Order: sequence, then C-alpha cells, then structure tokens
Amino acid sequence: MYSLASYRLMTGNEAVAFAVKQVDVDFISAYPITPQTIIVERLSEYVSSGELDAEFVPVESEHSALSACIGASLAGARVFTSTSSQGLALMHEVMYIASGMRCPIVMAVSNRALSAPLNIHGDHSDIMGSRDAGWVLIFCENPQEVYDYTIQAFRLAEHPEVLLPVAVNLDGFTVSHSSEPVAILEDEVVRAYLPRRERPRLEFEEPASFGVFALPTHYFEFKVEQEKALRKAGEVLEEVSAAYPNRSGRLLKLSKFNEDGRIAIICLGGTAGTVRHVVKKYGMKDFSLISLKLFSPFPSEELLDALKEAEGVVVMDRATSPGAPLPPLASNVAASLYEAGVRLPLMSVVYGLGGREPTLKMIVEMLEKSRERIGEGGPVVSRMYLGYGGG
Amino acid sequence: MSRRPEFLIPIVFEAGNTAKRSVASWRSNRPLIERRLCTNCLICWIYCPEPAIFLDDAGNVQIDYDHCKGCGICAEECPRKAIKMVVENV
Amino acid sequence: MPISKLADLYGREGLSPGHSACQGCGATIAVRQVLLAAEPPYIVVSPTGCLEVISTPYPFTAWRVPWVHVAFENAAAVASGIEAALNVLERKGIGRRHKVIVIGGDGGTFDIGLQALSGAFERGHNILYVCYDNEAYMNTGIQRSAATPPGSITTTTPAGKRERKKDIVSILVGHGSPYVATASPHLWKDLTNKVRKAQSIEGPTFLHIIAPCPRGWYFDPHLTIKLAKLAVETRIFPIYEVENGRYRINYLISRPRPVEDYLRLQNRFAHLLRPENAALLEEFKRWVEDRWSQLLKMAEAFPA
Repeated sequence: MYSLASYRLMTGNEAVAFAVKQVDVDFISAYPITPQTIIVERLSEYVSSGELDAEFVPVESEHSALSACIGASLAGARVFTSTSSQGLALMHEVMYIASGMRCPIVMAVSNRALSAPLNIHGDHSDIMGSRDAGWVLIFCENPQEVYDYTIQAFRLAEHPEVLLPVAVNLDGFTVSHSSEPVAILEDEVVRAYLPRRERPRLEFEEPASFGVFALPTHYFEFKVEQEKALRKAGEVLEEVSAAYPNRSGRLLKLSKFNEDGRIAIICLGGTAGTVRHVVKKYGMKDFSLISLKLFSPFPSEELLDALKEAEGVVVMDRATSPGAPLPPLASNVAASLYEAGVRLPLMSVVYGLGGREPTLKMIVEMLEKSRERIGEGGPVVSRMYLGYGGG
Repeated sequence: MSRRPEFLIPIVFEAGNTAKRSVASWRSNRPLIERRLCTNCLICWIYCPEPAIFLDDAGNVQIDYDHCKGCGICAEECPRKAIKMVVENV
Repeated sequence: MPISKLADLYGREGLSPGHSACQGCGATIAVRQVLLAAEPPYIVVSPTGCLEVISTPYPFTAWRVPWVHVAFENAAAVASGIEAALNVLERKGIGRRHKVIVIGGDGGTFDIGLQALSGAFERGHNILYVCYDNEAYMNTGIQRSAATPPGSITTTTPAGKRERKKDIVSILVGHGSPYVATASPHLWKDLTNKVRKAQSIEGPTFLHIIAPCPRGWYFDPHLTIKLAKLAVETRIFPIYEVENGRYRINYLISRPRPVEDYLRLQNRFAHLLRPENAALLEEFKRWVEDRWSQLLKMAEAFPA
C-alpha cells in the first residue's frame, strides 16, 4: 500500500530537486549551467532551509563536481549531481572513472546542445557523447516521469549487483522548464523504498585502496565485469520498478502506444508526447509509438518484442553521430534488428538540434514521408533531417 | 562496516600487501650494519624510502633484505658510519 | 604532542615496503614521514603520478591506510567530497569524520590540479594538502612542470628551462589558508611536527615538501637526503611557515652554501657550470636571491 501525498505543480527541474530531497541524499555537488541550474538552486534552498540534511558543495567546475561526488560516494554517502551540455562534456573523463570505480551516483542531465556554435537549447548531443561511459541512461518524457525515475534511479544504482552511476535525462527547456502537476509520494514512503545498503567505503579501521591501476593482466577483466554489471542493471530494473509504490510511475524499459500501428516510431524523451498527440489528434492509426525510457543498457529484447508486428520503423535521434552510418538511437535499433535477423525498413530521422522543437506539422510531415518510404520496393535504410531548413 | 561485493572490483582490500613482494633483485649493493658502531638511533630508518629497516625483538636495527633496493642512503646518512655498502654477490 | 625523537614515530608506518619506487626515491621518504606523523583517523587521496603508480599495481597496494586515486587534476576536489560527505554522515550517525590528506606531486598540484586545489582552498575544506615536489613530471619521463627550477634540463626543456618556478606557497597564502609551510625530509623533526600542526588546524592547510628524484635529477641514489639538505642550505628551498598570513622562517640560512655545491651533484644542471653558460648560472642565482630577499621582507613585514 502506498499513499500519494498530493499533486504539486513542478517543472522537470523542480521535480528532480524535489525527488532528491525526498530520497535523503547526503551529498550534492554541482556547478551552474543552463538549463540545469534550477535543480541546484532548489537543492541549495532545501539544504539551506534545513529541509534536506545534506552537504551542498558548490565547486568551481563540473569536472570537480563529479570528482567530489566520487569522493563522497566512496566515503559512503548517497550522492547526487546534475549538469547539461558543456558541463557534461567537461565531466566526460570523470564519468568513465565513476562507473569504473562502481560509484552509485545519480545525475540529472537537462539535455542541451553542444558548442560550437554555442547554443543553450535542447538536444541529446551531450549525453550521446558519453554513451559509452558505462552509466545507466534513463530518459524522461515529462516532469512526472522525472520525479518517479529519479527516485527509482537511486535504488537501481545502489543495488549490490549493480553499483553503477545512473544519468536521468530530461530535455532541456521542454521538460526541464515546463510545469505540470506531479503526483508525489509521502516522504516516509520514499525513505522506505530506499533503505541504505552497505558497500565498500573509505574508513580508517578497514583500510582499502580505491582507484588502483590495472596492468594488461587485469584491466580487460575489470571492464568486462563492469559491462556485465550494466547488463545486470537491466534485469535488476524489473525488481526496482516493481517495488516502486506508485504503480503508474514504474520505470519500464519502454512504453508503447497504439499497439496496432504498422509503422513504429521510436524516440527518447519529451518528443514522445508530441508524437503521441499527433497520432491521436490526426487519427493516424497506422503508427505506433515506442517511447524508450532506458537507453543503456539497451533493451533490445523488449524492443524486438514491441516490433513483432511492425512493417517498418522510424527512429528519431535528437543528436547526430558525424561520420557514423547511423545516429546513436538508430544505430542501436538497427543492431538489435540485425541480431534478430529482422530486415525491417528503417527511416532514421535527425531532428531538433539546438532547440529546434518538432512542431505538430513537422511530425505529420515525418509520418507522411515514412508512409512513402516504408512500403513495397522502398529502401531498407533511409535518412531524413526533420525541420532542417538548409540546402 | 564495508560490504565486499562478490564480483571483481578494482579495490585492494588487503592493506599494505606489497610487503609480500620481494624487491631484493633490484639491489646491486647490499648494506651491512657494523653492530659495534650502531647505536640504534633510527636515522637510517627515517631516511629509508621503502622502509626496509626495522627494529628486531631485542631493539636492534636490522635490514629487511627482501625489501632493500640498495640505494645506500642509510650508509650515507648514518651519523656513526655504521653501515657500509658491499657489492651484492650474484 | 610535539615529536621530539624518532622513537615517537616508530611503528606508525602508513606505507609498506615492496612498492616500486626507484632506488633512493625522495618522494617515498617524504610520504613515509607524513604518514608517520599523521594522527588517525585519516584518509589519503592521491592524484595520478609516481606515487600512485609505484604504490598500487592491482592486486597490490603499499597503503596500510585508506587511500583513493581518481584522476590527475582532481585530487583536491575528491578530497572536498570525502571531507564534506563525512561531515554529514557523522551528523546522521552513519559515518565518522576523518582528516583528509591529499598527497600529490608537483604536476598534479602546480599545474593540472591547480584549479581544483584553488577551489578546495577557497571553499575552506578541512583538508591537509601535501605536495611532494620533485620538480618535473617524473612518472611520464621527466618533462618540465611549473615547479621545475630555471635552467633545469628536462625531456621537454632539453636546453634548460627558461622560466622561474611557480611560487605555490604565495598562491595558497593568497587563498587565505590558515597554514602553509615548506619542509624537507632531511629535517624530519620539522617535517613531522608541521604535519601534526597542519592537521590540528581546522581548514585547508598546505605542506610543500622538496623530494629529490635520483632518476629525474640525474644523481646517485644515495645522495637523496644530502641534496635535500643542500637545497635548504643554499637557500634554493627555504624552510618556512605562514600561519594566518604571518611568516616564520624556520631555518634562517645566514651563510648560504654556494649554489654550485647543489648544482654540481645533478646532471640536470651540469650545463650551468660550463663557462659558456655563466649567464644562465647568474640567472639561477638571481632567482634564488630574489626569492630569499622577498621571503625576508615578508617575514619582516608580517612576522609570526
């Protein structure tokens, strides 16, 4: 049994901060960067007012923010940080170390474009640049998911068979700055969901050495072991979400809308809401929508299951992978299909770079285009820049 | 209390276990203590980079030849010149 | 309790033998002395560097005390996180405060780690930062750092370094640190008592220790302590402490030994003693004199 305390009107950023307050984190270290800044502002207020008993360390860079988080995590604390864009890029080196040292840090990323040219608006280039850093990557569609998934992220990260950092992604501005009523749990319910678990920590009585170096005789084993743990996180997620008190807020690997659609649209984050709306509003019943919540570990099995009846897929990437055959999400989808021996027509769509938000009109255009391409005699792979005005 | 995970993790839980490794093969010169000159003042010990000098049960300074690399600082710094370096027999 | 004799330190070893430091390594002598003096409970943080590499080849560690390495440029940030986290864990009854001691080389302190160091000192974390200064990037094979003295040959200054050494002590005094001091392993009593003092002071404190490096300075390993002594007695490495902005010179060298006594034992300076390089030698001497006279003026203007 659980009880919902109430609904609160919150932006995505505020939902992150509220969830972090409820999970009783001990340590926060962050650096201001748009569009994530409000998260650290709210958390500073909670710490300052005493609503949250934690140390907030306002460091001099994102590199130091994540470094301080690693130190705090190894000291045994429950740790949170958040960033965006350039800040995440500056953390890049330390992200690999956080996962390699098996620190269950939770980080919110209010996704934003990467420079140059400088741009503060939303896209997924930042996190996609760090997608091989060994973190669990979760994507949220709206402030409600942000709230629910942030809480579940801590339980997943701290699971003794996982011990890996988790990044909770929310689209810059469209999710980070949009308000909606969020159903929240009682503080005690959240605390009961997140009991403290023992793990190795720095202490004088049991001196251990952390961050040792590994020669070619051992390094490979550590990295494969770490990859296994990331795969394991996919299994553990099922029990983590099943235990989450608010049934409708459980973190599933993906959610599907309009099961009967013959063409499946696959996307990450807030765009799913827009696509769902278009399919509904214009009665485009030949499309189904798969909103992926978990990007890493990539839920190939669940995705293939969701695509069983599909005649084609449209994969929407809000990032590019210059020089690669396909952008990040399309690449993962294609690899999953290939492994299953499924040669499904795939339309790879790059959209929304630097905050060019997909309008209803653009989505309709994309869906109509996909009807033409995904049919008899069409190409197996086709590409499209949605909303791109250049030559 | 730390909980040690069952999987491989890059942490060394056994503190100070390099002491199990011998570095004696690094040595080309061996320090020898001339007992009648030694006052067990521990100057050799405080300047040893390893440390490969210890006090035995009787309180006498001894060289730990498993861990002495033969740098010769002890011989150089001994205020009584009680340590001399001799070529290691190979 | 002040440390007055070596027996006060014996049996407090924080570093095990069997590590892979070079013969005659000055850094490990300095680190041993720091740990012999440090009062438990404490946690050691090291940036990437010689010390990290010689002490922790998995599955081995030379550390008998809790130790952590994360990366090269962030030791002070990692230390900030540990220190702040243990404050709150103690408050919540699920952990206990430890003094956090960072031990890093000059590269990780003067150069790549300076930003994190500055941040940690500005925020006022309760940490002791110890820099063992071997005056170049020794781990990667003797490249120049901001701590390399003028004239010194490194693999990236094959003709000798043109610039002077960065004054790290003044930088940290400028951060308002309550205690910044220099030390040399040959003066073990001074060094170990400074560790105790720095550890007892609340806030970010700093110890700058000279660590002669036989491999990188090109001298015979048995001379490590001798060279540390010469560096002090020639006024090349003054021993002093700055407590709340007040200067005290712990070893007032009234009759300095000629710098040549120090230079001639190290091949990194061999060229300075050749007649055709007299101007470079003069430049080196000017650097030593400038720093010493500046230090005297500071000690006079802001006496302890």
